[in-house]
Amino acid sequence: MKNDPFTLGGKEFHSRFILGSGKYSMELIRAAVEHAGAQIITLAVRRTNTKETENILDYIPEDVTLLPNTSGARDAKEAVRIARMARELGCGDFVKIEIMKDSKYLLPDNNETVKATEILAKEGFTVLPYMYPDLYAARALVDAGAAAVMPLAAPIGSNKGLAAREFIRILIDEIDLPIIVDAGIGRPSQACEAMEMGAAAIMANTAIATAGDIPSMAGAFKSAIEAGRAAYLSGLGRVLERGAAASDPLTGFLRD
Amino acid sequence: MGKNQFFVDCAGLSEKTLEKKRRLEQDPSSRKNHMEYMEGMERISSGIMNHVLDQMHGYDPGAYTDADVKNALARENCGPEDLKALLSPAALPHLEEMAVRAREETGKHFGNTVYLFTPLYIANYCENYCVYCGFNCYNDIVRKKLTMEEIEHEMKIIAASGMEEILLLTGESRSKSDVNYIGEACKMAAKCFRNVGLEIYPVNTDEYRYLHECGADYVTVFQETYDSDAYEKLHLLGHKRVFPYRFEAQERAILGGMRGVAFSALLGLADFRKDALASALHVYYLQRKYPYVEYSLSCPRLRPIINNDRINPQDVHEKELCQILCAYRIFLPYVGITVSSREQKHFRDGIVKIAATKVSAGVSTGIGDHEGKYEGSQTEDAGDEQFEISDDRSLGQMYADMEGEGLQPVLNDYVYV
Repeated sequence: MKNDPFTLGGKEFHSRFILGSGKYSMELIRAAVEHAGAQIITLAVRRTNTKETENILDYIPEDVTLLPNTSGARDAKEAVRIARMARELGCGDFVKIEIMKDSKYLLPDNNETVKATEILAKEGFTVLPYMYPDLYAARALVDAGAAAVMPLAAPIGSNKGLAAREFIRILIDEIDLPIIVDAGIGRPSQACEAMEMGAAAIMANTAIATAGDIPSMAGAFKSAIEAGRAAYLSGLGRVLERGAAASDPLTGFLRD
Repeated sequence: MGKNQFFVDCAGLSEKTLEKKRRLEQDPSSRKNHMEYMEGMERISSGIMNHVLDQMHGYDPGAYTDADVKNALARENCGPEDLKALLSPAALPHLEEMAVRAREETGKHFGNTVYLFTPLYIANYCENYCVYCGFNCYNDIVRKKLTMEEIEHEMKIIAASGMEEILLLTGESRSKSDVNYIGEACKMAAKCFRNVGLEIYPVNTDEYRYLHECGADYVTVFQETYDSDAYEKLHLLGHKRVFPYRFEAQERAILGGMRGVAFSALLGLADFRKDALASALHVYYLQRKYPYVEYSLSCPRLRPIINNDRINPQDVHEKELCQILCAYRIFLPYVGITVSSREQKHFRDGIVKIAATKVSAGVSTGIGDHEGKYEGSQTEDAGDEQFEISDDRSLGQMYADMEGEGLQPVLNDYVYV
């Protein structure tokens, strides 16, 4: 899809696969870059807060855009502090906001996320907020200056796929920013379906990290995302949406 | 293993002291009411304690059947009733299936990571008489409290090994190791390490808040046993005797701003199935009330102590311990599970692949002897240890062993905000 880039924070990306940060390993990062073609890799600031022996920053190739996230933040204030820390660590201006006030399901807190987005966008960050797919919150994120909106497909790490399908569809229809589907995507087919619906990109981690053959699954995601994107551009999404035309038109009785 | 004989009279005790000790041991009326708060102890009206204890008292492990266990294992999200089945004797024949399910849940929530940390004992003075503990006030051991210079020295040695998370421990003596002393140790630790935890005597909310401001963010308090009758017979003297104040420690720590709290029963003191149930429910109910907090569970078994080498974990064999850990993991997939150096290498290496997410390394439970342990030199004036450890691997060895098991050792996954 060389002629079909998408833009975030003034940067053009040709890959629509973003590696999430949940379960990291050298092998996973290598597979994401080499086999899934990832140009953006998320990393948890709290995992980079370590001595060099296991610093993830050292594992990430230079031409890849880093997307530090604020995982561990429980409110807007903490997220803002972690984002500023990321900038100081030299991670650039991109930041993914993750604010969770629930240690069990790790569901994002939309209210706090809107607050943090507003503060960080004003400070010049390219803000990518992870959110629960709610239309009002998504609109508030647009107003707050987000660069994209990242609704979850299902609870993080659950591999349950597009459980929030209908709500993500509404965001895709109503929000003018790129919609990046994040969290819960367990199979390439689910990534493909989200792309067919018109998602701008897919973020995944667990699905690949827990696969039997990591490089091979990374490749499968790349193919699926490209196929879904091609289908969307071809208009397939709209055909599916409306179903088949009735053979006997309901309006056939109209005369003049 | 014989029944535990906890009472040991050390030679150094005066006649008057011995007399008091024996009276405490033999005459229940000489002991304070363990359900009554002492002066200065904060009370919080929470209701969680009664909830946990009611469930525990009503639990009859023998009442659960093979079918109950199968039903529990078939359920996507296990509730308290399923936990009771999984902890029951009926679940033992299903241990392998439980391990498979536990491994799956651990993988979903933690991937293949395993966190490493080390404890640092800074003082072993204690005002409690807990009959099974090496630090108890009647046990004739070498007592020591590290000075700030000594603490810094110990911390530098540990930090130089690569360790980034430290757990500071003291004996339970407010007079010898007061909150300010512990606070100063936290400030020092925050300079040398990324992550500072505390395992000290329970304190009030404002004191937890102070310690949090000094750099600590995790608090571990072991209830030892949730059976309050057994508790009364094991903790004969001191602040620790007060059962509800100890039970509510984690909640006060949360209210004081701590990010995470850890729980445990010391298995072998009472009915371990009931204690395991209560430990897990303690976490479960607190999580419902404070969902933003990080929770973790430990599972120590009784170990021999100085002057009493006969103390043993009774009927909690490795198989039962594994069952408990798998049940914890299946019921509480998101909580951290720590397995300490009380357990041997083969058990720790096995259980990290199933349910545990955190192990200690480079451990000494003595006071001020890291230089000796880490560098092979003699430490002459070290304080004696709390219990005998069973796994003395260094950080380097543990790191390499965990990698060898196909796991990803993690030294830090935390920022203080």
